[in-house]
Amino acid sequence: MADVTEQMGAGAAAVAREEFAGTGRRWSSLARDLPVLPLAILVPFVLIAVFADWIAPYDPTEPIPGAKIFEPPFWMQGGSTHALLGTDFQARDLLSRLIFGARVSLIVGMMGTLVAGSIGTALGILAGYLGGWVDQLIMRLTDAWLALPALVFAIFLATMLGPSMWNIIIILGAVYWTRYARVIRGEVLSLREREFVKLAEIAGGSRTRVILRHILPNVLNSTMVLASLTIGVVIIAEASLSFLGVGVPPPEPAWGSMLADGRSMLMVGDWWLTVFPGLGILFVVLATQLLGDWLRVRLDPQLRNV
Amino acid sequence: MATLLRVSDLQTHYFSFGGARVVKAVDRVSFALNEGETIGLVGESGCGKTTTCLSVVGLLPPAARIVGGSIEFAGEELTTKRPREMRRIRGRRIAMILQDPMASLNPLFSIYWQVAEPAYHHQGLRGRRLWQRVQDLLRAVRIPSPAVRMREYPHQMSGGMRQRVVGAIAMAGGPKLIIADEPTTNLDVTIQAQYLEVLKDIQQESGVALIFVTHNLGIVAKMCDKMAVMYAGKIVEQGAVRDLFRSPKHPYTQALLGSMPKLGSKEPLYAIPGQPPNLAQLPSGCAFHPRCAHAMPQCVSQAPDDRRIGPNWTARCWLLDQQAQEKYASAIA
Amino acid sequence: MPAPLLELQNLQKYFPVSTGMMLRRQIGWVKAVDGVDFAIWPGETLGLIGESGCGKTTTSKLILLQEIPTAGTIRFGGEDISGLHGRELMRYRREVQVVFQDPYSSLSPRMRVGDIVAEPLEIHTDLSREALHERVAEVLELVGLEPEAARLFPHEFSGGQRQRIAIARALATHTRLIVLDEPVSALDVSIRAQIMNQLEHLQQTLGVSYLFIGHDLATVAHISHRIAVMYLGQIVELADSLELCAKPLHPYAQALFAAALPSHPDDRHEKLTISGEVPSALDPPSGCRFHPRCPHAMPQCSSETPIRKEVAPRHMVACHLY
Repeated sequence: MADVTEQMGAGAAAVAREEFAGTGRRWSSLARDLPVLPLAILVPFVLIAVFADWIAPYDPTEPIPGAKIFEPPFWMQGGSTHALLGTDFQARDLLSRLIFGARVSLIVGMMGTLVAGSIGTALGILAGYLGGWVDQLIMRLTDAWLALPALVFAIFLATMLGPSMWNIIIILGAVYWTRYARVIRGEVLSLREREFVKLAEIAGGSRTRVILRHILPNVLNSTMVLASLTIGVVIIAEASLSFLGVGVPPPEPAWGSMLADGRSMLMVGDWWLTVFPGLGILFVVLATQLLGDWLRVRLDPQLRNV
Repeated sequence: MATLLRVSDLQTHYFSFGGARVVKAVDRVSFALNEGETIGLVGESGCGKTTTCLSVVGLLPPAARIVGGSIEFAGEELTTKRPREMRRIRGRRIAMILQDPMASLNPLFSIYWQVAEPAYHHQGLRGRRLWQRVQDLLRAVRIPSPAVRMREYPHQMSGGMRQRVVGAIAMAGGPKLIIADEPTTNLDVTIQAQYLEVLKDIQQESGVALIFVTHNLGIVAKMCDKMAVMYAGKIVEQGAVRDLFRSPKHPYTQALLGSMPKLGSKEPLYAIPGQPPNLAQLPSGCAFHPRCAHAMPQCVSQAPDDRRIGPNWTARCWLLDQQAQEKYASAIA
Repeated sequence: MPAPLLELQNLQKYFPVSTGMMLRRQIGWVKAVDGVDFAIWPGETLGLIGESGCGKTTTSKLILLQEIPTAGTIRFGGEDISGLHGRELMRYRREVQVVFQDPYSSLSPRMRVGDIVAEPLEIHTDLSREALHERVAEVLELVGLEPEAARLFPHEFSGGQRQRIAIARALATHTRLIVLDEPVSALDVSIRAQIMNQLEHLQQTLGVSYLFIGHDLATVAHISHRIAVMYLGQIVELADSLELCAKPLHPYAQALFAAALPSHPDDRHEKLTISGEVPSALDPPSGCRFHPRCPHAMPQCSSETPIRKEVAPRHMVACHLY
């Protein structure tokens, strides 16, 4: 009933208005109940990745002078404090490799998502707004792309292009744009019918103007939610590629390749080589998914309750 | 005529943000309705008229609670009833018609089943007698060829028809009171007129009492015997429709009437300045004072009480005190 | 007599209806607008009333060039607008704007009010930033808002204020004609009068014309100089507002007025002369489209379509009774 909701809405809107003025009310009201768990994982992750050079005790590509290979973590027998989490098959410090590996995951995750998001959002907007044969073309392209198994395709491209971090970023971006295209296109289809878009068209706005000023800002919410959900996927993809040997090339540390390197040693009980990078991937991806979920509920006006 | 419904000093509040914020949606509302009478609850969005009705039928949303006052219906006190008891009253003795017929009708069931349901549950009708009752009800709401139409589904009917079906469902349990919440807002002009005629017919045949919740004074003028004007959760004036239309006493009532365009007249409209109030942040004293053309200092500091103007006519305004005082003064002088 | 600003002649818009999934066969036309003529002069308001399915929304879309007519012409300032493109099209768009019904969805939620109001100016002119600011402040004041409102976002305003913003935007480029599509229907009763008065004041000050589309007779009659009554895609009566209210001639117009809500409990209760619903525009009745529901129907009415005649000065009716 309009009366009831308006009363509640009026009350809530008043609260919001008096506490937060102007720009992006939803963003500023985000400060009120942040998702503690994902942020508790992600904030340190980002800080570690950014400040790797200062935090890591050793150069991750060089062996620790005087250390043995396959040293266990310091709390186990045979470990020592000069390599807190142990060493790998080249006597390189695992902790430092983990730290620098975080950086690789972060960069690849973020940049890969950025590439995927840019391509996907742009195509989704074009398909949704222009309609007609453009829409058909883009949608069939999306369908075809989706028919390819993502990882296999990525592997294929990686072997074709050769391993390097930037190639991986581009490849992952090229593989994962489809989810954006679909979702954004759907949103644009309904946005297109909204009155403020019609108003801009009637006022004589060019299609470029309508897209940039009216459509794009209103799909950014969805883009951001999708992005936070995609980062996790991209990180896992990168890890998989590295695990299979076609990702970030050695000696650059990457969590995926660390998993691959340590795999054979699991049989003899040297668990730290795989468990720590594995845990890293697990927590970071879990945190991004939880964050994305929280963002989705937060930014979708229909799901929020007053 | 017996008093069918008596609402006294009703207070319904909305609690949000974990109890930190209380909105007084209904703030000491009192009115009475006799059998067969029609009362119009008039006001704009957020004035509390819908919440008042939800309080009567016991269908308040979880965030709202009746915190005071009484609702007496046919001799029974409704505020203390348990949900199970209210379920027996709803549909059978009090029915509701809502604004959007598509939302009130279940798309999956035929018209027959939806109209039959209240009669089935509340009156225990079955088989042939139930079928006959549904036909009678559909005929009462002037749906042509009822035997055929009752097998149709809501999406096969037009808006006006659907609203009439909703009316038939409301009547099916044999209620003594129907609460209609803006039932014609989405209907075309001629469909609305036909629908209102149907409601009038039903009322004349069955003697059911009607509460008409609306913001449209035209509907009140056409359909209601009495009216209660609500503002910011309070009734600011109530009485016979003729009295209020002829010489409204409360500035808000006057302003509402003055802002209605009248067919065939180009008289300038009186535009009430400002906005309807936000219930979470009400002005002090009389809630209407920021928009009132006759506001006095007293209005800002103190909320006026209900003053009696005539046998069934009251209004809440300090101006009435002043006028009464002046009358008294000139009478003694 | 000055030339009309907007002139519609024999305007038609038929929508094709087809069935079938693979091989779409066309089975008929929805004749949404079927022979509409009217004119709007500078500085006047023409009201357009009718019920759902009468074609008033489609007519407004045709005027706003959101749809292309199937037949007929629309002239603006004497020129046929159907072939417009490029510079002339932009000029038309600059001089003809619209205000929609729902104030909550007609303003871009992520743009500041100042940018929303300035948009038509940005599209059609190349004023400097300062000049834009000035003009925005000017129109905001014209509609009764503070110039400071330009920095805020739409969600910080009430429904009535948003409509004012929409009106300000419509006026920004020295518009000559504004199509108002139920501009006050979604507003609270006490706010409606504010907006109506504002619109009238703006018309007196700026000389802008309005096409006021609505379903509430009293509202439309109050603000319009002349009113056109539409039924199933055609105009059945067109007259001065007061004259129409006093003496509607077409049976459908009479029915509308009889069905209108009274403004006072003592108002004469006219008997309702109409029943049933508006038939579908897919297969409209032959001859006069109102004949199946008309209390005065004659044999002629089902075979011959009545033509519009001027029955009294500036009072046109399309009915065989006259």
